[in-house]
Amino acid sequence: MYQIRLHGRGGQGVVTAAELIAWAAIADGRYALAFPSFGSERTGAPVEAYCRIDEQPIRSREPVTEPDLVIVLDATLLRQRFVFDGLKPGGTALINTTAPDDAAAATVLTNGSGHTEANGTDVTNTGLTRPAARDAAGMTLCAVRVRTVPATEFARQRTGRPLPNAAMLGAAAAATGIVPLAAVRDAIAARFSGRVAEANAEAAADAFEHIRRAGDRFYEDDARDGAESAAYSTPEVPGARS
Amino acid sequence: MPAPDVSARRGITPANAPAAKAGPAAAQQAAPGRAVEGSRAVAETVARCRPQVVPAYPISPQTHIVEALSALVRQGVLAPCEFVNVESEFGAMSLSIGASAAGARTYTATSSQGLLFMAEALYNAAGLGLPIVLTVANRALGAPINIWNDQSDSLSQRDSGWIQLYARDNQAACDLHPIAFRLAEELSVPVMVCMDGFVLTHAVERIAVPEQEAVDAFLPPYRPQQILDPGVPMSIGAMVGPEAFTEVRFLAHGRMQRALLRMPELAERYAKLVGRPSEGLARGYRLEGARTVFLAMGSVLGTLEDVIDEARADGLAVGAVELTCFRPFPAHRLRTLLAGAEQVVVLERAFSTGAAGIITPELIAALADPPAVPARCSTVVAGLGGRPITKKALRTLVRDAAASRVARFSFLGLDRDLLSRAGYGRASDDAPGSTAERLLARLHAREESR
Repeated sequence: MYQIRLHGRGGQGVVTAAELIAWAAIADGRYALAFPSFGSERTGAPVEAYCRIDEQPIRSREPVTEPDLVIVLDATLLRQRFVFDGLKPGGTALINTTAPDDAAAATVLTNGSGHTEANGTDVTNTGLTRPAARDAAGMTLCAVRVRTVPATEFARQRTGRPLPNAAMLGAAAAATGIVPLAAVRDAIAARFSGRVAEANAEAAADAFEHIRRAGDRFYEDDARDGAESAAYSTPEVPGARS
Repeated sequence: MPAPDVSARRGITPANAPAAKAGPAAAQQAAPGRAVEGSRAVAETVARCRPQVVPAYPISPQTHIVEALSALVRQGVLAPCEFVNVESEFGAMSLSIGASAAGARTYTATSSQGLLFMAEALYNAAGLGLPIVLTVANRALGAPINIWNDQSDSLSQRDSGWIQLYARDNQAACDLHPIAFRLAEELSVPVMVCMDGFVLTHAVERIAVPEQEAVDAFLPPYRPQQILDPGVPMSIGAMVGPEAFTEVRFLAHGRMQRALLRMPELAERYAKLVGRPSEGLARGYRLEGARTVFLAMGSVLGTLEDVIDEARADGLAVGAVELTCFRPFPAHRLRTLLAGAEQVVVLERAFSTGAAGIITPELIAALADPPAVPARCSTVVAGLGGRPITKKALRTLVRDAAASRVARFSFLGLDRDLLSRAGYGRASDDAPGSTAERLLARLHAREESR
């Protein structure tokens, strides 16, 4: 089971992005489940959405608390939400920002990429709020991949509107290989029509290329020891095709 | 250039995803269905049941279901059908009563306070024996205003005389609708199909919308038992005094009892037509040797069954029962399923303030019928007002239950810290007045302090 959590603001197409990933994965022959966090949606308010992908039918309907991939459509959320809570070791943080990967990585690592499952903290009451004791003994040292992409810029260039969701899907396809770019393109075409669909597919392709061209790195969380984050180069992302 | 792979060194797969499959061959083998939102899939299914009148209040609390149906009517996909925008949910059910009495297959949908606004007319629809089908997108009732999912709305209409069916997922939500229409029309009893709001209605997943041919083979055209026709005058809704009112209710109860026999038969026949397992009255999950059984209705079943699988792997003798048909209450079926259980933990998505669970007392009564099924029953109120029911919380509950540490009545994940911060730590602290704003203020203060 591959689990994705998306963070953004009302009006950025966060829920649509989650649905399009599910659409693409299902069109690709797998099972998927996408759903929003169901706030009272208002433009600009923080919004979360989730997507699960599996080879088997998916039964669980709880919100995603331990994502393999966190997609942040609005980098201003990094200052005020604990958007990386529960990100799994080896997971990916994909952020819509013009900042380079390295700069964003520091933010991610100080923002709570801790894996808190074993620390015994009861977070069931509060659902998605930050686990209270992420530096407790149960926290595992983890390495996460941090990728940044100027998705809003790509969207503006291609569509004339600053809606980053389609571009972020292209970036997610490149960064994780969870769905092929062609499936993202099909999902966009199925949801939108005419020039809007075309322009969004172009923005997705731009973001896909952007991620592919940049080097891939793992950022290791040694923050517990007060050490600086270390960056490693890794080979081409497996599964990123088309 | 390949470089040292830190992930491999740490035993981590860089993209630990099920790999994207190549080409259509993979898709061929996959299950049928397509990516579609729950509400949309239900709307398409309802359209294939060929309703002739769909009156609906188009404003919140409403679902995408009637929005999609209005589009299908406008496009001529659903024809002949009259979609009527009405001024309120009371209007929607009142118009449904009129349309159904005039001989039309009638459908509508609502949610939350919208269902309450229908309440007076709901009782009339049932009392008049009109086979209306209503989808309830289950949501909490205010105040405090909430909008999120629980099952307080439909359970508040427990005694309205409607059959109530609860969907565990969106596939079931679709498949229950043709069954609902047929059951309603055979028995002259209206049916509510209840599906968890947002969790199901707003989820996009792989759903097989039943084919038109299958629905047509299963659901014959509606032949009304009574038709309001000026050419052949008759009375519907006559006043009934003390001399016969009890007997009318007695017969209504009898129809409900017939539904207990008929519903599983129809579900089985439908299942054969569509080639999917059927939703009967209630279904057991891993009950073999289960000493502790969790009983629930609706979308929590999926998450619960995942947790049951984990617990079984750990050697705990636990299982689950999915209650699909809440009205009529399938006492006999539940007795059979729970015959071997030592304790039953009922996960309730609503409760009766000042008493306890809503399902549990009925279950206790059903099990107590001699020869009594000796299982000890407890109520765990969970997921009120949209609070997520997480696997983590369920794991703890399953472990507690297996160790017989579950109280007769409790709330899953009650935030005692918040309560005590707001001065509700001791009963003597409970100041009169509205509690909601006081809790909210402390909640914000607590989040600020983190």
